[in-house]
Amino acid sequence: MDIPRHWRLHNQRYKLEGSRCTRCGTLAFPPRPICRVCRSRDMEPYTFSGRGTVYSYSVVYQSPEGFEAYVPYVVALIDLEEGVRITAQLTDVNPDEVYIGMPVEMVVRKIREDGERGLIVYGYKFRPPLTA
Amino acid sequence: MTRKLKPNRDVGIVGYGAYVPRYRLAAEAIADVWRGGQNATLPVESKSVPGPDEDTVTMAIEAAQNALRRAGIAPEVIRAVWVGSESHPYAVKPTSTIVAQALGIAPYTNAADFEFACKAGTEAMQAAIGFVGSGMAEYAMAIGMDTAQGRPGDALEYTAAAGGAAYIFGPAEEAIAVLEGSVSYVTDTPDFFRRAYQKYPEHGNRFTGEPAYFHHVLSAAQALMDELGLKSEDFAAVVFHQPNSKFPQRAARKLGFTREQIHAGLLAPVIGNTYAGASPLGFTAALDEAKPGDRLLIVSFGSGAGSDAMSFIVTDRIEEVRDRAPRTRAYIERRQAVDYATYLRWRKKVKVH
Repeated sequence: MDIPRHWRLHNQRYKLEGSRCTRCGTLAFPPRPICRVCRSRDMEPYTFSGRGTVYSYSVVYQSPEGFEAYVPYVVALIDLEEGVRITAQLTDVNPDEVYIGMPVEMVVRKIREDGERGLIVYGYKFRPPLTA
Repeated sequence: MTRKLKPNRDVGIVGYGAYVPRYRLAAEAIADVWRGGQNATLPVESKSVPGPDEDTVTMAIEAAQNALRRAGIAPEVIRAVWVGSESHPYAVKPTSTIVAQALGIAPYTNAADFEFACKAGTEAMQAAIGFVGSGMAEYAMAIGMDTAQGRPGDALEYTAAAGGAAYIFGPAEEAIAVLEGSVSYVTDTPDFFRRAYQKYPEHGNRFTGEPAYFHHVLSAAQALMDELGLKSEDFAAVVFHQPNSKFPQRAARKLGFTREQIHAGLLAPVIGNTYAGASPLGFTAALDEAKPGDRLLIVSFGSGAGSDAMSFIVTDRIEEVRDRAPRTRAYIERRQAVDYATYLRWRKKVKVH
């Protein structure tokens, strides 16, 4: 259990809050203290829209400890519409429905529970968009 | 003596949002296991089931995001986040702070969890009305959300479902529906309860009907109509707490409402009883179909026991905001059937030694 680490990351995980370089505009997720393009240290928080497409994916049948309840689940590389690629679980989708290029949107879901007594960790996952 | 609750400052709903999980369990699938397939008198057709990574927190966040989209206000102007539920994921640790953080409403906001069985959602709505009506806050958010649990084989297993709705209250000038007045009616009636550390509730079987549901629902609705000088035909739509398909329809008939008036907000037959989410969610479905000038009635019921009745008049702004977020029916039509074994696994009812 690492409560301070989960707490530090809550805006990243709940809101997809990354960083934007105020000098050259380069976006990053997770947030970086130094711009990877122009080396500037003037970074500001940037909240991503949460919309993107699946770049690639894999179906997990043998999970790491703590994720057994969700097996089988899909882990995907997702190209956010702002041009940043991130890794996340997909949810509300059957593994056989997933394809490369599939549009997805971010939702907040339970990532894992630290046993019966510990912290419940929430964070971003992605699902097929619910058209309004 | 007035029995009505209404703030001096006019208040209304400025945003609303629904959430229902994707999965459904057919009542027949439960009857196959526990009643040898005897399915002549099942209380609903199917119920909504939360996915393995969903709980009251995650569902409240999505409903609240939908409410924010419709309200079109910045999250940081909201001064209260109140979540009513009987399935808060933590026994101690507020659901509301997680929701407030995820939505960008924190830190300058009041946050609290409400508890009153199936009435916790409208209880939070009443409090939000008071908070805005007093002028303490411009905007306050109230959420009713549940992932209800029924003991396997119990009558409640057929209906205990997941879903709910979020409302943002604000000044009447910005509202999509303005509050006309409300009534709260409570008595000490132990029709259904869950003791500390118990996983499943106990209920009084038939005792949950006449002295509990019907007495409180009918008393609150009738008192509000009397206080406002209104008759059943004055309402375009009415939403009752819906623990099954039958109760809300019978309550409507007793109060003189027609099938057409309850149709839009009657969701229990296909998604079951979403507990604290039930009447708030039915009300989002009614708002989805409402026209400017319509008068809408919501009547909740919570065991223990009590009812809140609230009357609203819909404004022109409804047309402008309605499609900024998915409609309630969009969530209900997004459905994937699960079998009883999957449901048991996801709801952690399978014992692993």
